[in-house]
Amino acid sequence: MTSVQHEINFTLNGKPVTVSVALHWNALTLLREGLGLTGTKYGCGEGECGACTILVDGVSVNSCLMFAVDCDGREITTIEGIATEAGLNMLQGEFVKQWAVQCGFCSPGMIMQGMYLIKNNPRISKDEIKRGIEGNLCRCTGYSKIIDAIAETLHDEEVRS
Amino acid sequence: MSIFEKETLIGKRIAKLDAPQKTTGEARYLHDITLPGMLVGRILRTDRTHARIVSIDTSAAKALRGVHAVITAADTPNIPLGHGKDNPPLKGDKVRCIRDEIAAVAAETEEIAEEALKLIKVEYEDLPPVFTPAEALKEGAPVIHDSHADNIPFSFDYSHGDIAIGEAESDIIVQDTFKLHFVTHCCMGVSGLIASFDHDGNLTLHSQTQIPFLYKKDLSPVIDVAPEKIRVIQPPIGGGFGSKLDIYPFEPICIFLARASRRPVKLIFSREEEFIASPTRQPVELTIRTGVKNDGTLIFREVHTLHDNGGYTSWGATTPFVIMQTISSLYRVPHCRYHTTVVYTNNPYSGSFRGYGNLQATFAVETHMDKLAEMLGKDPLSFRLQNAQQAGETTPQGMHFKTCGFHDCLTTAATQSSFVEKHERYRTQQNGPIRLGVGIASLLHVGGGAKIYRTDGCGTILKIDDFGKVIVMTGSTDIGQGAETVIAQFVAEELGLPMSAITVINNDSEITPWDVGVHASRTTFIAGNSAKRAAYKARQKLLMAAGEMYNLDPETLDLRSRHIVHSESGESIVEIGKLIRSLHFRDKSEIVLTSEYYEPPSVMQDRGFKGDVSASYAFGTQVVEVEVDIETGIVRVLNVTAAHDVGRVINRQGIEGQIEGGVAMGIGYAITEHLIVENGIVKNPCFRDYKLITAPEIPKLDMTFIETHDPEGPAGAKGIGEAPSICISAAIANAVYNATGIRFHELPLSPEHVLRRLKSERNETLSTR
Repeated sequence: MTSVQHEINFTLNGKPVTVSVALHWNALTLLREGLGLTGTKYGCGEGECGACTILVDGVSVNSCLMFAVDCDGREITTIEGIATEAGLNMLQGEFVKQWAVQCGFCSPGMIMQGMYLIKNNPRISKDEIKRGIEGNLCRCTGYSKIIDAIAETLHDEEVRS
Repeated sequence: MSIFEKETLIGKRIAKLDAPQKTTGEARYLHDITLPGMLVGRILRTDRTHARIVSIDTSAAKALRGVHAVITAADTPNIPLGHGKDNPPLKGDKVRCIRDEIAAVAAETEEIAEEALKLIKVEYEDLPPVFTPAEALKEGAPVIHDSHADNIPFSFDYSHGDIAIGEAESDIIVQDTFKLHFVTHCCMGVSGLIASFDHDGNLTLHSQTQIPFLYKKDLSPVIDVAPEKIRVIQPPIGGGFGSKLDIYPFEPICIFLARASRRPVKLIFSREEEFIASPTRQPVELTIRTGVKNDGTLIFREVHTLHDNGGYTSWGATTPFVIMQTISSLYRVPHCRYHTTVVYTNNPYSGSFRGYGNLQATFAVETHMDKLAEMLGKDPLSFRLQNAQQAGETTPQGMHFKTCGFHDCLTTAATQSSFVEKHERYRTQQNGPIRLGVGIASLLHVGGGAKIYRTDGCGTILKIDDFGKVIVMTGSTDIGQGAETVIAQFVAEELGLPMSAITVINNDSEITPWDVGVHASRTTFIAGNSAKRAAYKARQKLLMAAGEMYNLDPETLDLRSRHIVHSESGESIVEIGKLIRSLHFRDKSEIVLTSEYYEPPSVMQDRGFKGDVSASYAFGTQVVEVEVDIETGIVRVLNVTAAHDVGRVINRQGIEGQIEGGVAMGIGYAITEHLIVENGIVKNPCFRDYKLITAPEIPKLDMTFIETHDPEGPAGAKGIGEAPSICISAAIANAVYNATGIRFHELPLSPEHVLRRLKSERNETLSTR
């Protein structure tokens, strides 16, 4: 079985990438199967669970709902691209510190959504955080510690600046 | 000379060991693993609920380029599997429910595998289906398994006391019937398996199973591979909640595909498939009849449960055992009779699911108790306190509550939520479209395993290397709950080492010693005790060696902060690595390696289903405050006040996480979750239509830990994994009654359901209040 391929260029976690993709692939398949970046998870394939959340030009997107070819020319950030040279970034560190992780399968998507929320609104309230992660399902934690981790990161950043 | 104070890790907030890898995307789940030459496995499932298979034609699928294997029942030994051993991996003669597996393919890509499935032609002859237990029990109903002409795979009776005496002694007798619905686990990581054989026929499985050792034994006859040739590797598991406690057809199917194609095969469900073809919580119809004295003393309780088993028998069929415990022993009931009937239907079949029947039982018992309290003119709290179990009691079913924080749980949750005052106020003074309500409910669950096999034990092997690094090899499985971290805490505590010195290996059956599996809220208790005891042996070995080497009484020594110290002064004698190296290289050429198999002091139930089945029991009370919009039927949970008898807190955040997660799952069961099965077909196999609780719906949650210091528990702890999800649906239903005057006997309390009842009963209830 053959499928039509298309070559695309984009920035992935700060590095330029040129890759040939099947036209019917979504961005999630490109990341996981094509590029071996398995941190982004398949949870439903229908944009309902948020496990596959990535940042596209700084905006959070369900990568299962985005065609791979539409990565062309974009700046894509995945869970693999957010740690700093020193280690975990502040939000990842808070996820660890707050026990916001249990089975961890939703964590990469949650963290990417959290990154977007913090960047988009550094003064985001707890209620806005709750609404902001409404599209990310977690079956283990009951969300409280995830909300705390995002809120604490804002607090940490405020203290730092 | 360095001085080291005694420090403890117990009860502290200690970071979860596997969290860093899970926040960076480094953690490699089953779904993320690729083996060289690996093929994609896919299953063709039936589109019928009850039909005879006339023919299966796989010739076109086999001819498709890129397809390496196509299998049907005819190509495999096809030995029935599952708890009831009534479920052939591939169906050759007939299908009994919509989950049923007809054929499977292994292909080079997912697209090819999907294409191949479409090319398989199946001819059926439809059989009359049956979709409710009541229909299936009727004379002349279609027979689902020839081995059970009455469609009853399982039924039993339990009793203590004498119901006739109970009836005679009771002043008030009340009967209610409850109907509980299908829900499903919704693990964020879907089901799957990777199977690969080597040239000697050794089979390696990358599996998400919760029972790695029983798994080998259960799989062996089905796949015709000796158990000693099976290696089970468990990558991080994307959620369990009981769903992975049995073996299911997809597992041998994946193995058959690997054997047939002579290549590793990875078989992963789609989310839709996960909804249709993974286990559910067993639906049950429960009729409860209770007699009480006018003074509020419970006298008798009689319960009948009717279970929709679906097409096959997995662990769902055994939930009556857990239901029975709540019926017989949550409260003191001198006379009790319980009858359960499990009935085959052409619906999907159920597995084990966190709480294991107890969500169903507790919803019934605790809403029924509320009704009884009202009839007696008592408040719901004092009626419960009057009948609640106390420490030291052995219930007529044989459960011995060596510790029991039930009274403390009741009074703490009620006091902190101002329950009695609010309950009276909401009952009497409300009008307008938004009505407030408060409800209370409690639970009893196993908190120290459940002896359903001859052993309920767990093994640990512990080694300390030359640099003071500890490797703990535990048979227990971590499904995300944090078992690994708690086990490391016990070891670190015993050995006076920091958490960073401990590595836990819990995912390879070739390395780790035997364990029953992760279920029955047993891991902290049983694996914890096992690890703690293995560490204690290592500790003794080190103290003895130091005593000998430095000519000191080992009794006067302690391990603190990587050092052997004088217990009294805390003064360091030798660094632990140095001591081990001198043991290893100089004195005795010894290494530090210990092992332990911990068996809890519980017993299997006897033929009358009596016995002290768990080493410890967990209690808890949750008070819920809701608002009900009587114009839309929307029920919102505003806050939850939870008090749980946890024995002792080991990891504060870990236990908070279990309660927060369990409460969210319980609210979903009560209000939003419903796997809609109509005529055997799953109508809502996606998250859009199967509504999990999301972040904005999480109520404020206040929790108190009642520490009863279980004498057998590791550092006094009890298991708490299942407990938090169990009683909240009853508390919510009781709160909705408090708000509206309408009793609900079915779940979920969806807006449609609540509104329908409000509309039909509003005139009789709301207007007269």
